[in-house]
Amino acid sequence: MNLALFVWRQKSPADSGGLQQYEARDISPDMSFLEMLDVVNEDLIKKGIEPIAFDHDCREGICGMCSQVINGTAHGPQEKTTVCQLHMRNFKDGDTIYIEPWRAKAFPVIKDLVVDRGALDRIIQSGGYVSVSTGGVPDANAILIPKADSDRAMDAAECIGCGACVAACPNGSAMLFVSAKVAHLALLPQGCVEAARRVCVMTETMMKEGFGNCSNHYECQAACPKGIKVSFIAKLNREFIKSLAKPSEAL
Amino acid sequence: MILDGKCPSGQLPLKWDKHRQELKLVNPSNKRKYKIIVVGTGLAGASAAATLGELGYQVEAFCYQDSGRRAHSIAAQGGINAAKNYPNDGDNIYRLFYDTIKGGDFRAREANVYRLAAVSNQIIDQCVAQGVPFARDYAGYLENRSFGGAQVSRTFYARGQTGQQLLLGAYSALSRQIHAGSVKLYPRTEMLDLVIVNGEAKGITVRDLVSGEIRSHAADAVCLCTGGYSNVFYLSTNAMGSNTTAIYRAYKKGAYFANPCFTQIHPTCIPVTGDHQSKLTLMSESLRNDGRVWAPKKQGDTRHPSEIPEDERDYYLERKYPSFGNLAPRDISSRAAKEVCDEGRGVGPGNRGVYLDFGDAIKRFSKEKIQERYGNLFDMYKKITDEDAYEQPMRIYPAPHYTMGGLWVDYNLQSNIPGLFVLGEANFSDHGANRLGASALMQGLADGYFIIPYTIADYLARTKPGTASPEHSEFKKSKEDTENLTRRMLSINGRKTVNEFHRELGRIMWEHAGMARSEEGLKKALELIPQLKAEFSQNVKVTGTGTELNQELEKAGRVADFLEFAELFVLDAMQRKESCGGHFRTEYQMPDGEAKRDDENFRYVAAWEFRGEGKGPELHKEPLEFENVHLAVRSYK
Ligand code: FES
Repeated sequence: MNLALFVWRQKSPADSGGLQQYEARDISPDMSFLEMLDVVNEDLIKKGIEPIAFDHDCREGICGMCSQVINGTAHGPQEKTTVCQLHMRNFKDGDTIYIEPWRAKAFPVIKDLVVDRGALDRIIQSGGYVSVSTGGVPDANAILIPKADSDRAMDAAECIGCGACVAACPNGSAMLFVSAKVAHLALLPQGCVEAARRVCVMTETMMKEGFGNCSNHYECQAACPKGIKVSFIAKLNREFIKSLAKPSEAL
Repeated sequence: MILDGKCPSGQLPLKWDKHRQELKLVNPSNKRKYKIIVVGTGLAGASAAATLGELGYQVEAFCYQDSGRRAHSIAAQGGINAAKNYPNDGDNIYRLFYDTIKGGDFRAREANVYRLAAVSNQIIDQCVAQGVPFARDYAGYLENRSFGGAQVSRTFYARGQTGQQLLLGAYSALSRQIHAGSVKLYPRTEMLDLVIVNGEAKGITVRDLVSGEIRSHAADAVCLCTGGYSNVFYLSTNAMGSNTTAIYRAYKKGAYFANPCFTQIHPTCIPVTGDHQSKLTLMSESLRNDGRVWAPKKQGDTRHPSEIPEDERDYYLERKYPSFGNLAPRDISSRAAKEVCDEGRGVGPGNRGVYLDFGDAIKRFSKEKIQERYGNLFDMYKKITDEDAYEQPMRIYPAPHYTMGGLWVDYNLQSNIPGLFVLGEANFSDHGANRLGASALMQGLADGYFIIPYTIADYLARTKPGTASPEHSEFKKSKEDTENLTRRMLSINGRKTVNEFHRELGRIMWEHAGMARSEEGLKKALELIPQLKAEFSQNVKVTGTGTELNQELEKAGRVADFLEFAELFVLDAMQRKESCGGHFRTEYQMPDGEAKRDDENFRYVAAWEFRGEGKGPELHKEPLEFENVHLAVRSYK
């Protein structure tokens, strides 16, 4: 099939950038979306034009590196699918496709479709962990965990940190991302000890990093390639309220 | 030269304890005076950097991805082994050790493998304490499953995303240290050279992938945790960025490269669909717990699998290896699939595929149960192939997946260059000629959490801290050389893209040095690779400049190293005139087609020394002594 692409090109963070039109020719429906872009890029290189820069690595939907807004939707039209796992059979001959980077105040564009998501790492660094050092921990079966809690923690822990939730949110909020980590750890006995402190520092860092607030649009859930549910945001809010009851020196 | 792995003496189970007793320690208040560089933030790198930071060392960590959480360990699906014996099915440390050494076809060091098995239990404890949500039963206890090459259930797992969960655990420990200020992380930064001062590793030269700046970092010791080199085959299950550059450049600075030809071809990957293919996707080996592998008995049988009656199906793994059946080790299963396809009984496009069938398992349990176990894998399969594996069998075919070879290290994980430590897949140490499933995660974390903290201290305690500085002439030279290399790459301005060269190299390697290797094929490869390398240096086209984010330039550097490294790989395959594990030489096989190992002549580690451009490398041997296990013909029948 042949497609018309409009791709966001931006030389550098300072550049204002704009959409450029390209042709994608002889695309097989078995190709992934990124393989389609590979074809376009090979063609550009041969013409001496700089190829489109985009982030990607594992190409199997788990590393969270790929990040493109396709026709206005983060990660494109297929539900629960990263760009790298989106296949061209979801498009048809003659389609026009708009490809843009994640757009959020907290994610400055580095080049073309590549953005800086360091803010997500900084949120985790502020407290998204159990403060345990290597060694001296109890036997793995010493603390039993109800299967339902463990499963629910895993549902949250599946987050790949791609940032689609932020890109999809009209407020550029990182609530789904933060709530997934807060919930994952708060649901486990190992993580609950620090739950109150964690929820406070993580939300505080989130605000400082320039992410917006949640006003219940649920766009994040729709865009999430791992199907992380907004119910975790409710859990985040509960954890936050619980933390208010603690004296501040306990945090 | 005969190499010495410096394994401690004494009884096998006591070696590590005794050795730890003998290793020197660094006084707590002196630790902060030492700086350690850790390259790579996968399981080995993240766990090492975090643990060394916790101990009080100053750590600088580097990764080429935009975040420490994205290293390719994240993609490991199936699980992690440990000798916990929770299911009470007869497991113990010795058995895990024995299975691993046998699975590796007796080409690994006894002492290393025993230590790995011994620390395996601590890893699980550590991960649970970090909040890794391993699968549990209704009573709240941890669950286990079986993996290839083992007759016990010792694999811990977190759905089909075990690697992800373990890596996020290590990443969280790393994040905590970054917050504490003991670790400084440099994302989007790629190591391009190792700096050696007075014969010891004292730093690295890197390129900042965003600004293009090339600069050097000095330290008191360097740990390379940069993974494997399966992408020398172009198509593999590795991430697109996985490369050999860090370890290959260390090799060019004098570090020995061990057993480069030992690569693992994983039996259960989604088959190739066409030339556009950029990577291959693995379907976890754990699927073989419930899936049955078969191919039609008839050649060229193009019927839909559901129309092929039971008695016209060949469940060839169950037939050939009745005691392990569908759980035969990876090398054996891969070769069996290739044989079936070579006989013209393959299925799917190009007839390079066999079936992995869940029909019986769904009947026995239920669709829901199978969904719970492997749902995410079935979904992924559907996305890629547009086929529903609940309704019809999956099509699978072997693909390059893991490399057992890597930089040579001694028992302390130190290479022949003092101060250079190599961890995880980047070293050669524990898996011999074939790695068992669920052992890679175990090794990465063992090296990082529980081994390097002890062994690196022994080296540091003997060195004065802070002696190296980027102002030293060796650092300046390394920086200049790296800048020149980058400039040269950009100035060639030829007509072929980097990808075209990479694809071509992959074709050569897969055809002549892939699942089956022959003297003739390897010779052919040795003819073709230098030609391609020469053409690359004349005719590659790299667009853009060196002073910006330039993904073509990154790729060009990696492919240039693969082109050189491929020759070393083939030389190694050529000298090893035996078949063992993943290394199958067609000249050396039993009458029934099984691998024919030659313990008399090849019971050694082949470690290669770089002797300069244009000169062939020199082969050093480390003889492997087996004092505890009997060298048996590896049988899974
Ligand atoms: S490239 Fe890893 S998730 Fe898409």
